[in-house]
Amino acid sequence: MAKPTGFIEFTRETAPKRDAKERIKDYKEIEKNVNPDHTQKQAARCMDCGIPFCHNGCPLGNNIPEFNDAVYQGNWKLAYQILISTNNFPEFTGRLCPAPCEASCVLGINKPAVAIEFIEKIIIEKAFEEGYVKPNIPASRTGKKVAIIGSGPAGLAAAAQLNTAGHLVTVFERSDEVGGLLRYGIPDFKLEKRVLERRVRMMEVEGINFVTNANVGVTVQVQQLRDDFDAIVLSGGSTIPRDLPIPGRNLKGVHFAMDFLTQQNRRVGGKKVEVEDIFATGKNVVVIGGGDTGSDCVGTSNRHEATSLTQIEILSKPPKDRTESMPWPNWPMILRTSTSHEEGCERQWSIVTKEFIGDKTGNVTGLKLAEIEWKEAEPGKVPSFSEVPGTERTIPCDLALLALGFLHPQRQGLLDQLGVEVDERGNVKCNRYQTSVEGVFSAGDMRRGQSLVVWAISEGREAARAVDQYLIGESLLEAKEEGMLSVK
Amino acid sequence: MNGEQHNGLYHPQFEKDSCGVGFIANIKGRKSHQIISDALTMLERMAHRGACGCEPNTGDGAGILIQVPHEFYTNECRKLNIKLPAFGQYGVGLVFLPKDHKVREECRNVLARQIKKMKMTLLGYRQVPTGHPDLGETAVNAEPVMEQIFIKRPETLSNPDDFERKLFILRKYSTRIVNESVHGVNNKFYFSSLSYKTIAYKGMLTSGQLRPYFPDLENEEVVSALAVIHSRFSTNTFPSWSLAQPFRFIAHNGEINTVQGNINWLKSKEAFFSSQHFSREELDMILPICNPIQSDSSNLDNTIEVLLHAGRSLPHVMMMLIPEAWDGNEHMSQEKKDFYEYHANLMEPWDGPASITFTDGKIVGATLDRNGLRPSRFLVTDDDRVIMASEAGVLDIDPAKVISKGRLQPGKMFVVDLEQGRIISDDELKKDICTQQLYGKWLKDNKVRLQDLPEPGGSFHKYDPNTFLKRQISFGYTSEDLRVVIAQMCDSGKEALGSMGSDIPLAVLSNQAQHLSSYFKQLFAQVTNPPIDPIRERMVMSLASHVGGSLNLLEETPEHCITLELPTPILSNGELEKIRYIDHRHLQTKTIYTYFKADGQPGSLEKGLQRICQYVTDAIEDGFTIIILSDRSFDSGHAQIPSLLVTSAVHHDLIRKGLRGKAGILIEAGDVWETHHFATLIGYGASGVNPYLVYQTIHDMKKNNLLREDLTEEKAIYHYKKAVSGELLKILSKMGISTLQSYHGAQIFEALGISKEVVDEYFTGTVSRIGGLTLDEIAKEALAKHKLAFPKTPNLTPRLEVGGVYQWKQRGEAHLFNPQTIHLLQHSTKTNDYSVFKKYSKLINDQSEKAITLRSLLKFKKGKAIPLSEVESKENIFKRFATGAMSFGSISHEAHSTLAIAMNRIGGKSNCGEGGEDEIRFLRKENGDWENSAIKQVASGRFGVTSYYLSNAKELQIKMAQGAKPGEGGQLPGHKVDEWIGRVRHSTPGVGLISPPPHHDIYSIEDLSQLIFDLKNANREARISVKLVSEAGVGTIASGVAKAHADVVLIAGHDGGTGASPISSIRHAGLPWELGLAETHQTLVRNKLRGRIVVQTDGQIRTGRDLAIAAILGAEEWGVATAALVTSGCIMMRKCHLNTCPVGVATQNKELRKLFTGKPEYVVNLFSFLAEELREIMAEQGFRTVNEMIGQVDRLGISDLENNWKHEHIDLAPILYKEPMSLDTALFKQEEQDHELGAVLDWKLIERAKAALEQAEPVEGSFEISNRNRAVGTMLSNEISKVYFGPGLPKGTVHYKFKGTAGQSFGAFGASGLKFELEGDANDYFGKGLSGAQLILYPDKRANFIASQNIIVGNVAFYGATSGEAFIRGCAGERFAVRNSGVKVVVEGVGDHGCEYMTGGAIIILGETGRNFAAGMSGGVAYIFDKNNSFKKNCNMEMVMFDQMESEDEALIKKMTLDHLTFTGSDIATDILKNWQESFAQFVKVMPMDYKVVLEKRKADLSAAQTGKKVAIKV
Repeated sequence: MAKPTGFIEFTRETAPKRDAKERIKDYKEIEKNVNPDHTQKQAARCMDCGIPFCHNGCPLGNNIPEFNDAVYQGNWKLAYQILISTNNFPEFTGRLCPAPCEASCVLGINKPAVAIEFIEKIIIEKAFEEGYVKPNIPASRTGKKVAIIGSGPAGLAAAAQLNTAGHLVTVFERSDEVGGLLRYGIPDFKLEKRVLERRVRMMEVEGINFVTNANVGVTVQVQQLRDDFDAIVLSGGSTIPRDLPIPGRNLKGVHFAMDFLTQQNRRVGGKKVEVEDIFATGKNVVVIGGGDTGSDCVGTSNRHEATSLTQIEILSKPPKDRTESMPWPNWPMILRTSTSHEEGCERQWSIVTKEFIGDKTGNVTGLKLAEIEWKEAEPGKVPSFSEVPGTERTIPCDLALLALGFLHPQRQGLLDQLGVEVDERGNVKCNRYQTSVEGVFSAGDMRRGQSLVVWAISEGREAARAVDQYLIGESLLEAKEEGMLSVK
Repeated sequence: MNGEQHNGLYHPQFEKDSCGVGFIANIKGRKSHQIISDALTMLERMAHRGACGCEPNTGDGAGILIQVPHEFYTNECRKLNIKLPAFGQYGVGLVFLPKDHKVREECRNVLARQIKKMKMTLLGYRQVPTGHPDLGETAVNAEPVMEQIFIKRPETLSNPDDFERKLFILRKYSTRIVNESVHGVNNKFYFSSLSYKTIAYKGMLTSGQLRPYFPDLENEEVVSALAVIHSRFSTNTFPSWSLAQPFRFIAHNGEINTVQGNINWLKSKEAFFSSQHFSREELDMILPICNPIQSDSSNLDNTIEVLLHAGRSLPHVMMMLIPEAWDGNEHMSQEKKDFYEYHANLMEPWDGPASITFTDGKIVGATLDRNGLRPSRFLVTDDDRVIMASEAGVLDIDPAKVISKGRLQPGKMFVVDLEQGRIISDDELKKDICTQQLYGKWLKDNKVRLQDLPEPGGSFHKYDPNTFLKRQISFGYTSEDLRVVIAQMCDSGKEALGSMGSDIPLAVLSNQAQHLSSYFKQLFAQVTNPPIDPIRERMVMSLASHVGGSLNLLEETPEHCITLELPTPILSNGELEKIRYIDHRHLQTKTIYTYFKADGQPGSLEKGLQRICQYVTDAIEDGFTIIILSDRSFDSGHAQIPSLLVTSAVHHDLIRKGLRGKAGILIEAGDVWETHHFATLIGYGASGVNPYLVYQTIHDMKKNNLLREDLTEEKAIYHYKKAVSGELLKILSKMGISTLQSYHGAQIFEALGISKEVVDEYFTGTVSRIGGLTLDEIAKEALAKHKLAFPKTPNLTPRLEVGGVYQWKQRGEAHLFNPQTIHLLQHSTKTNDYSVFKKYSKLINDQSEKAITLRSLLKFKKGKAIPLSEVESKENIFKRFATGAMSFGSISHEAHSTLAIAMNRIGGKSNCGEGGEDEIRFLRKENGDWENSAIKQVASGRFGVTSYYLSNAKELQIKMAQGAKPGEGGQLPGHKVDEWIGRVRHSTPGVGLISPPPHHDIYSIEDLSQLIFDLKNANREARISVKLVSEAGVGTIASGVAKAHADVVLIAGHDGGTGASPISSIRHAGLPWELGLAETHQTLVRNKLRGRIVVQTDGQIRTGRDLAIAAILGAEEWGVATAALVTSGCIMMRKCHLNTCPVGVATQNKELRKLFTGKPEYVVNLFSFLAEELREIMAEQGFRTVNEMIGQVDRLGISDLENNWKHEHIDLAPILYKEPMSLDTALFKQEEQDHELGAVLDWKLIERAKAALEQAEPVEGSFEISNRNRAVGTMLSNEISKVYFGPGLPKGTVHYKFKGTAGQSFGAFGASGLKFELEGDANDYFGKGLSGAQLILYPDKRANFIASQNIIVGNVAFYGATSGEAFIRGCAGERFAVRNSGVKVVVEGVGDHGCEYMTGGAIIILGETGRNFAAGMSGGVAYIFDKNNSFKKNCNMEMVMFDQMESEDEALIKKMTLDHLTFTGSDIATDILKNWQESFAQFVKVMPMDYKVVLEKRKADLSAAQTGKKVAIKV
């Protein structure tokens, strides 16, 4: 284990961040570099628990105590090997993951949790620096071909795994660049695109074929894929955003968050914005929806130099700390302040949006909203709320960004043409990652519904194993919950 | 022995016994009836050492062996018209015959034919008269007809020894023939003895019944010059008359732990027996020598007699079978060492505690095992009598007639030669025997030592990075094995420690491919024999062994020692290569590869094994004497056979072919890395093991920086081997075995999950009770790993699996406690939400996907449900709950007291563990809560066990073993002993504390019986409980425990928790409670003992279902420990041993303790939920009370085992077996034990002490005392403690004088205020647990011997004593003042292992000490008056130093010596004081190093504080 008394001696400290005033001037990543010594101290805090709840909390099943120990020992190569054995893309999760592992860290019972995500990021960056990360080119090919549709984290993970197993993998992406939400959903200040680029280049060297601008079901015929490939993995994400059908929805200046974020990512990436520009500059911006996407809108709007910035959320303000109803090691619904929030933003909770107010030109100018009160739900029922009388008001709003989450994948085109069944929520229905159509598999948000990057990678890995088993009859690709020594 | 079928778990093979033994002889060979009469008296006076079963009048066995009373038989025979020839011209036997007349006739006919065939003459039979002294029903039912047979010596045999040999052949052969050929004899035909010199009268009797049962023995005409006696205390009362002792040559008090191996080895040598004393035909008639279904003692006797008849003398044979600890013994003469070393080539020791009395009718003697684990006291009188017995005082002897009093010392022999008319000393006797051949020269000329072998011709194999990982994977290495197992060993030279219990699946239930060794569970010693301390008593241990072919056992030639000596069984690559290339006279090596075809077809593995066995046979027939079984050769088409399987298969194949003795087996294997792997290989026949893949792994780990930076590869390997050696010693020692040679092939394992067919064929003789894997399934499991190394698509860089055994992993082994179950349990108990608890218990109970426990395979049959309201209340059930034993020290005060308060609130019992308890907690708090633990544990360390402590218990629990490390001791490192813990444990803060592996007052079942008696005296209100750990045979031990009058027996599962244990012990020792509990219940019911004792069980009990199954299998109470801890906040860090528990449960760190958030309410909720869930099951099953449920196994069925092919051949029927019983047979505790307190002397002592007890006024008194007055003063001390608490009465308030020989445990737990003066002598456990009393002991004033040179007190005096003082004029036995923590004593000499584990107090020895003085002594001080400058070599210097004397030392010694003189009139004290200056200079001060450091620091702190104070005042 790492240092037995490390957790008593050291306190939690993650990477220092650039000053908020400084950092909003650009789209570069927020964290500053740290020296390895600092990371080792943080790793020393790991207690190598008999039951590593962190490892249980991690959707990938990362062997966290083991890599912490290796970091503490200064054995970065080993740390990298342990980390990469469960996670194809630690450079993504190390930046983007909300770290459910830390929420369930045992140390978190009475002290700040081990800085697991931070350590993860340092390990992978160090590994790139030291040249440990090398293309993993399979020695021989199985002759089987797999098509992967969608190049987000799920698709990339599936591609990486299947390629390792020796299959010839082609990834189809309808956009002009590989990466899905990683590419155009997540702002650079959270994930600089060079990080994604670095990985994609590596995967190309490994023998993975990426085809962009290939909208399967539209520009690429589904039947063609069925004929050319031995298996297909659907990883197109959950792309249909939740709308807010209230009066004034059609006013100009009311946009889906993803439209806003995508074009800014294109700008930062030096790409042409081929649609109408959406800028927050000099505007009163209201972000509707208190989640991560909303937070990204806040960060981006600040960088656009919005005049005012408000984020509203329908749910009530979460408590600062855990309450009895959300005990450790469960994921706590507590107040989280993102780096974007630090950069300045007014946050309001228990707010219902009633109407977009517009001017004569059809531009949005304000938002009518009211405060609400939540009632405790009866067992088995959805909680309900009622408006607090006399709280209705209108706030100025020149740009409203809807960040209300996503409903399900897009059906028309690909899914319809394949004829795969969907579940009651509209996601692709699977049995052990295989859809209702033989040889067609699915992973990520498309199967699971909107979720975290870490889940997408996990899904991609598990689906790859299912595909491998389908193609070969057995698989030595690692599974999350089933060991190789299983004799069942 | 009996032809009965055993459907349940009980098997007669498990029976153990031990006993009282002794002899009396007239040195000059004068025969008299008095000898016999005295011998019988001795036996009667040791009645407390024997036992009786469910009926007080059914004994376990008693007997006497005497010289043939020729005159008497002549007269008796004349009456029967049999004319006996002169003495020596006929042989007489005592025959047990079946009761059935016809069968008996048939037996006689067969016998007569055999006599005739052997050209001897049958003179006739004499019906042996038997009285019927109220024999119990069990004994009567099994009683044989006893007859004496007289056989005339043929004229052709002039030499009486030849005649004796013929009688031996006749007896052996006819016994076999009769039992094989006579229909209906049921093995009931038996010769108690057949000899011209001796005759044994014995039977299934109590020691008091022997005399009236055999009227012959009371006949004045029956005379003998010697008599050997024996009374048996069996753990079980399986009715057997023939197992009574003495046998033909010996009476044995002890246990042969290695008997299975000894029998196998002997059998393997029988094929090449030849002797000038036996014709080939005769040899065939007497073979086989041993019979595996007979008792260990009986087989020992069988072996002794064949060696004897083949020409060795009896003492020679005894030295061969039970050698002294010679290996590395610097005190021993070279001749003797040579003798032992030579004979080690012939035979491995029959190892185990043993006091053996032996006789051939001409000499009588006794010998003791190498570690002195049985008491043997003797005295010689001026009228030529020698009396030897397990106890002193068994015969009233005029003290004035006594010339000397002695004891048998470890490994020593004592022989009276009746023909020479003198006692022959150990030295003289052994010198004669050791010089009869030139053993030293023979060894020098022939023996080959490993280090002397030439360098090998070439290196055979090198590290190959390309195949390395493939090998690791195909052998099943995991990264956890590297990280947790190997790295730790390389790092520290010790095995890694772990904590908490094992909650992973049994190997046979696991979904993960297992190592074959994991199906074999280490067995261990409990109760009937003691484990050994392999660290502190290293001197008796040895890892050396020999390889090569052995020769004819019945002869001795120089060639017998042409063997290769291996100092350790762990071979380096270089050493193995040396052996591979060996070519020395008849030492040559053949390597045979152990693979099988990896085609997955049925029978492939079997074919592979057959082929290998055939190759080995061929090689041996070609003259190879060393066989290397190597698994280096395998490829994608051929998988390696698990090394354990192939080793044992070859071993047993060779035994069956009679070839095993011709060659030694070495193993070159990749699947060996844990210590347990080594142990199984050696236990199944390997002499040496080369774990080549571990060496490669270490090399690779070094290369990849997986080892500490400053650790070189060489150092890492050195550490690894050191760790394995140390752990092997521990595995041996936990079974009470001291030499690897004896462990070799001894098969001290129980197979759990291996089918009967596989066990019978390849692991012959191993206990396996629930079936399991077939050979093809073993192959399947091996292939699962092999396949990973050779996948269909070879693209993936393979990685080692993560394991998940020691740490929960998503893809690893399942654990009962995992993130989900921990969370749900904590959440439900915290919020008192039963519905959440049900979610928790569902996760634990439903193991259909991942089976973990045996009970998960059981299911309830549909019952006749009753309303829940009719089931007895929760509150009623609460009193059946206990929390597990966890010491204050292993867990924090906060956790400890939380459990105590909770249990007291609900009326259950918390258990204080072995660390004592703060006396403040004995009193209730103002708010009504009570931190007093109802159960007070008495463990081997006896920390804080005082009279007052014992007086404050509702139950006293004797911890014989602990599930997580049965057979092992423990250690609390000094840094954990803070002020508080030190005070509670009566030790010095900062000084480490050792719990020895054995209780030094329990080396046998009769010793346990004594401790139970002691504790019952110490607190009459408390139940006495004995904690055992499940293993094969635990049921018979539990029966013994019931017979020893315990009120409760706890059967703990192997999976119980721990604060610190070696990880291999946590995993591989002991068995699940389901087996142990069911066996216990079945055996107790079978013996009609179940109604006398409460049965409790614990080990991973988590839910109401667990409780219900335990109750149905036979437990009326349950212990719940881990679940209660988890409820209090434990999150299974498994870091208890590091003191870093982050939730304040298992830590003494003040800051961390603050983080404890547990509350008694939560724990109360847990037990409430458990009880509620149990009630629900009871309602479904229709049980109104728990008692109704107990033992109703027909309510359980077996679940469908379709989930995993490995479960297919598991057979749990033996667990669900119900003993046939009558309607009135009790199935739960219904009657109280008779603790025999009515007759104790203390009632008189208490009566006389009335004024002291009531008004603290001084009282005096004098009393006669005998060896039957045991635990004198203990009950009186309990009375004092009740009234005067811890401090007791002022010194000397109760001044009593005793005269005679005190029984065991004189003054045990004697409280302050007692002053006991004993004139005479005393037995074992004198002053045990002394708690402030003063004991004075001096010889009878009429005695003429020199007190200081004679023994006056037995073994293990002052064990675990905490305070008080004593003055002993004379010498004490072995293990004086072991674990003393405060008593000050003056004594005039002590035996071996004096002051072992001592932690406090002062011992002044005015004479000599035995070996291994001060081993493990961490505190206190000893002063030895070393007049002859001979002490220092006897001192174990590992923890102590010889320190400078200071003025306070001088004052102390002088004062104590003066007191000694005043109290006892000691001569030595007089002499010393007379020349004080000169004498004082001769004292040596033995000071523990750590203790000195702590004392000096304290002194410094104190003076600093004082200086500080002064400064402060000045300012």
